[in-house]
Amino acid sequence: MSAAVPDVKEIWNGRIVEVTLGAGPDQGGTRRTTVTVGGQNTLPFLHFEGQMPHKPVVAVEVRDQAPDDWSELLVQAWGDVLSDPAAWAARAEELGAEVIALSLDSAHPERGDTGAKEARSTVRRVLEATGIPLIVYGPGQPDKDNEVLVAAAEEAAGERIALGNCEEKNYRTIVAAALANDQLVIAKTPIDVNLAKQLNVLIGDMRLSRDHIIMDPTTGALGYGLEYTYSVMERVRLAALSGDAALQQPMIVTAGYEAWRAKETRTGEGVPAEWGDWRTRSLLWEANTAVTLLETGADIVVLRHPDVIPLVKQAIEGLMQDSPVA
Amino acid sequence: MALSGLAIYKMLPQTNCKECGFPTCLAFAMKLAARQVELSACPYVSEETKAQLDSAAAPPIRLIALGRDSHKLEVGNETVIFRHEKTFYHQPGLFYRLSTALGDQEFSGLLDQIASYQVERVGVALRVDGVAIQDASGSAETFAKRVAQAAEKELALILISADPAVMEAGLKAVEGRAPLVYAATAENWEKMAALAHQYGAPLAVRGKDGDLEGLAALVQEITSKAKAEDLVLDPGTRGWADTLAAFTKIRRAAIKKNFRSLGYPVIAFPGEGAGADSLEMETMLAAQAIDKYGSLIVLDRFDKAALYSLLTLRQNIYTDPQKPIQVTPGLYEISSPNADSPLLVTTNFSLTYFSVAGEVEGSGRPAWLLVTDSEGMSVLTAWAAGKFDAERIAKAVRASGVTERIKHQKIVIPGFVASISGELEEELAGWEILVGPREAIGIPSFLRQMAA
Repeated sequence: MSAAVPDVKEIWNGRIVEVTLGAGPDQGGTRRTTVTVGGQNTLPFLHFEGQMPHKPVVAVEVRDQAPDDWSELLVQAWGDVLSDPAAWAARAEELGAEVIALSLDSAHPERGDTGAKEARSTVRRVLEATGIPLIVYGPGQPDKDNEVLVAAAEEAAGERIALGNCEEKNYRTIVAAALANDQLVIAKTPIDVNLAKQLNVLIGDMRLSRDHIIMDPTTGALGYGLEYTYSVMERVRLAALSGDAALQQPMIVTAGYEAWRAKETRTGEGVPAEWGDWRTRSLLWEANTAVTLLETGADIVVLRHPDVIPLVKQAIEGLMQDSPVA
Repeated sequence: MALSGLAIYKMLPQTNCKECGFPTCLAFAMKLAARQVELSACPYVSEETKAQLDSAAAPPIRLIALGRDSHKLEVGNETVIFRHEKTFYHQPGLFYRLSTALGDQEFSGLLDQIASYQVERVGVALRVDGVAIQDASGSAETFAKRVAQAAEKELALILISADPAVMEAGLKAVEGRAPLVYAATAENWEKMAALAHQYGAPLAVRGKDGDLEGLAALVQEITSKAKAEDLVLDPGTRGWADTLAAFTKIRRAAIKKNFRSLGYPVIAFPGEGAGADSLEMETMLAAQAIDKYGSLIVLDRFDKAALYSLLTLRQNIYTDPQKPIQVTPGLYEISSPNADSPLLVTTNFSLTYFSVAGEVEGSGRPAWLLVTDSEGMSVLTAWAAGKFDAERIAKAVRASGVTERIKHQKIVIPGFVASISGELEEELAGWEILVGPREAIGIPSFLRQMAA
């Protein structure tokens, strides 16, 4: 028995730009593996409709000093390595991280106020301890971001690292550092299609080529605005596939950072019994935030808990299987 | 796709008699296309046109009800592919499967836990919608007993058996309860459809491995020969990508092509997924079903933590993007503030509120948070629309009664509205207006500096 079912394939004119993170010895770097994301000309994982040549990848967050405000669950899971970014990054790689997302948190004026020298040293140590590509985040304070990200860009020259966050208020310095050292930038905007587009255009005006830009449309956690992120990312991706060149960058989402800010993951006591086991809830809070964002077009998912890494990778593997029937 | 106004116009008498209340047949047709008026307003329309227009006006995805009265669950009737295009209307029903292989104690224990689970989030009570009773032994007697037991709870029901005799025993045990009959297949559809018809129950139709041509043909057989109309589709996929592809194709065929044979709600079994050998994988597959077009989701592992994450996700995705959830305006206490704790003001857009409240909570410093009625708009949008100005803030301060609870007269306004501080000083005589950070993320360090 068989009935004629209308063809529902969409024809998209646009394609996401391919961006490669990391450089091996033959490209002037020292990475054992590099990562390429983007290149798809269809909505996420709809293999019947178009190509998705590169799978989304898992990045793992590493900080340059032990976090003092992380959930006890994270502290226990990582243990001693939290106080040594090189050991932490190496451990993350062992656990399946495909990219390290190193946060130079100690450069924040209130959390250590370290400078370019320390940033260089941390970046160097993490590069030496791992063979996978690197993203380096500043502390999120414009002056210090400029200082340490320029240092990181110089120190990692040839490695094709990504510098974040590159925002409207500070993009010039960071884009200049990327241009000077052939690094990538992470262009971050606050949950808005037009702002995302505008920042990509501004960065493009500085002549950073499109294959050096990853966009961060800003993530919300499950229960904390996830639906806004979800719809903005869907709209960004639909516009990109419809041909809007200024939105055709791969997307990075900080699912771990967001999920572990939620009360559900931070607190194990004094919460309703219906919330269930703290650890199970927290892992699934992060994993379901990640899954939902993958469904909207995330190309790089930054995670925090070691046990969520294999879960999200298993989901990605399942999503990349091109079924011959469906 | 629904008919355009022009297409409808061609089927109307085109006499411009005005008896429908509109000046021309074209104007009436436009209103019909927008579904703002009933066709019956036209006294001269032909029977043939009526039939054609009725079918065009039917929702592209049929609304299906499981159960009756207080345990009624409605799914389907969706009109868009992406929630930002309008909204998703009927959130998917979450079910737990209970097998007849379970012992008495285990069965009752699980059933009680499922039925009594309730949790509140953003002021809404979240619950499990129902249970699916799985025939594991082929015993009609056991099946009927378990189904009857489940029917004592305020839950919607799904009956799962491949054997029509067992199915009938279950249906008999809960007559009038309209459980979902799972499932009609190419092998047994005649008997299953007859049962569903006889007992007034909706019927699930199960295809194989995502073969939608086969599924649509089976649906056509059932709707034309068995007169069963309240259907739910199971394309037979169980993994990640194949399920996403099948559900997406079904949704698109129904909504974009108005393809009737696939215009029904869809059921998912994440616990049967390839690789769903753990609670985590089952829950993540269920998350995909919530994100992408699942209407009924049958879970196998009851776990409160996993359930809470899915209920939260469902609430997120099925929030109407046109009407964001608002929080009630008023004075909120964060981390038990005292008379010296700082006072912050923000708008009642839920995301704004949660961001600000979350950061204040995360800072470890108690504070008073005054939430004004900005009609659910964020700070900048509300300010631009005149819903978050000095006058409104001053009014909210006075109405909140905060002056009796704090000793100081200082208020922190969001950095984005720094420009109103002068006006606010005039409105709130004697108060000191402090300009806070633009983004909520800056609040912890702002509060630290304030205290220093």
